[in-house]
Amino acid sequence: MPNHVTTPAAPPPEALPGKLIAVEGLDGSGKSTQIHLLHQWLSGLGCKVFFSEWNSSEIVKEATRKGKKKQMLTPTTFSLIHATDFADRYERQILPMLKGGFLVLCDRYMFTSFARDGVRGCAPDWLRKLYGFARTPDITFYFRLPLEVALGSMLEGRPQLKYFEAGMDMDFSDDIQESFRIFQGRVMENYDEMLTEFGFTQVDATRPIPEQQEHVRDHIQQQIDLACYKQKAKK
Amino acid sequence: MSAIKVPTTTPRGKASFGQALTGQDLSTLTGVLIVLEGSDASGRTTQMNMLTEWLEQKGYAVARTGLTRSVLVGEALDQAKLGNVLSPRTMSLFYATDFYDQLENTIVPALRAGYIVLADRYIFTLMARDLVRGANLEWLESLYAKAIVPDAVFLLNASPANLVDRTLNAHHELDYWESGMDIGLSRDWYDSFVKYQHRVRAEFLRLQRKYHLDTINANHGIKAMQKELRGRIEMVLDRAYHHSPTRPA
Repeated sequence: MPNHVTTPAAPPPEALPGKLIAVEGLDGSGKSTQIHLLHQWLSGLGCKVFFSEWNSSEIVKEATRKGKKKQMLTPTTFSLIHATDFADRYERQILPMLKGGFLVLCDRYMFTSFARDGVRGCAPDWLRKLYGFARTPDITFYFRLPLEVALGSMLEGRPQLKYFEAGMDMDFSDDIQESFRIFQGRVMENYDEMLTEFGFTQVDATRPIPEQQEHVRDHIQQQIDLACYKQKAKK
Repeated sequence: MSAIKVPTTTPRGKASFGQALTGQDLSTLTGVLIVLEGSDASGRTTQMNMLTEWLEQKGYAVARTGLTRSVLVGEALDQAKLGNVLSPRTMSLFYATDFYDQLENTIVPALRAGYIVLADRYIFTLMARDLVRGANLEWLESLYAKAIVPDAVFLLNASPANLVDRTLNAHHELDYWESGMDIGLSRDWYDSFVKYQHRVRAEFLRLQRKYHLDTINANHGIKAMQKELRGRIEMVLDRAYHHSPTRPA
């Protein structure tokens, strides 16, 4: 098969009536909290809003659960099973919702795969082509924490680390906590590298929750005319 | 009785189509990967059975693989097919996941152990089916760029007329997916089957030209096809194992 070195052009940036907003960051960065608050705010304003979460498609869930439980996933199948989940949500929900003029909020998007699967050794070029069918979000918030703070919050939150979460499949270390540190550190490096590549909007996740949320809401108001997304808006 | 042939040297290892298969060293694989591609009713399974028997009698260890049999997603795929609720791209990715699961958990270990792996369909069937459903070839190629390049790929090429005839004789009904009913070519199953198989065949031939797949005329009888396959596989094995020119009696 020809080895394409160049990354294919992004899908034609056909303007859609809806807007796509994603949040990314390490576990424990508080991004899920922030997108929840954002969701509340937009609903309160009467906006047409839809929320979608990474790895949540019903049909794919069972296979993912099985694979993780039996630790039978390789870097390639780990990546593909998440891409399958994403494609299912993307084509059945995210894209139609965007065409229908919704504000679509995604807790994690393809960048999660680029960051994690990249650490697992999947080539960046291969991953970007794999997700070549997906639109780049209109806004991607990257919730950034210093690694030690992120690790502390992650380790505190869950005494029992999960096998794949800690990157134990990578043989970084036999010690699960140490493996977790190394793995998450590399994931973070990958996120940092994507900042400019995809034009992330960085949020300082060490700031108090309301302050971060204010920043997020301000940015959205600057970028998006929310009046267009009100349920009863006249077209 | 033919004696067991002992390879004098082992094959030189394998390569992928483009992207490295993450975490796998393909250069140490000593087995031989032989693929049969083609529509249902093209006679793949019958030919595979005969080839297995023949190769084992010659002293080769044979491992067989097929599509949608993986532990990981086999079950979920069967369910998805029953419900027809997934988009074509989701199905593509599901099949790709299943493919790589088998590649890494079945095919690679068997090749590492020096087996001849007979694959009942490989990436080209998957690609042909997706192409008929509107998938982009470049996207598919990058999706399967981590697949191992087989030592030989035989495309069992039968006319749609023969396929429909054999299917009806064998099963007395047509399969929903093999008739392409999901893409709405016709409300009539027979009609749809013939149209769909014409399209699949056209995509197979497009891939055959691009990847130089070896074509076997599957309109021929079982024995004639088997004879042709054996002849070509002999050559593949000679090339792979560098047999000494004087074979043991």
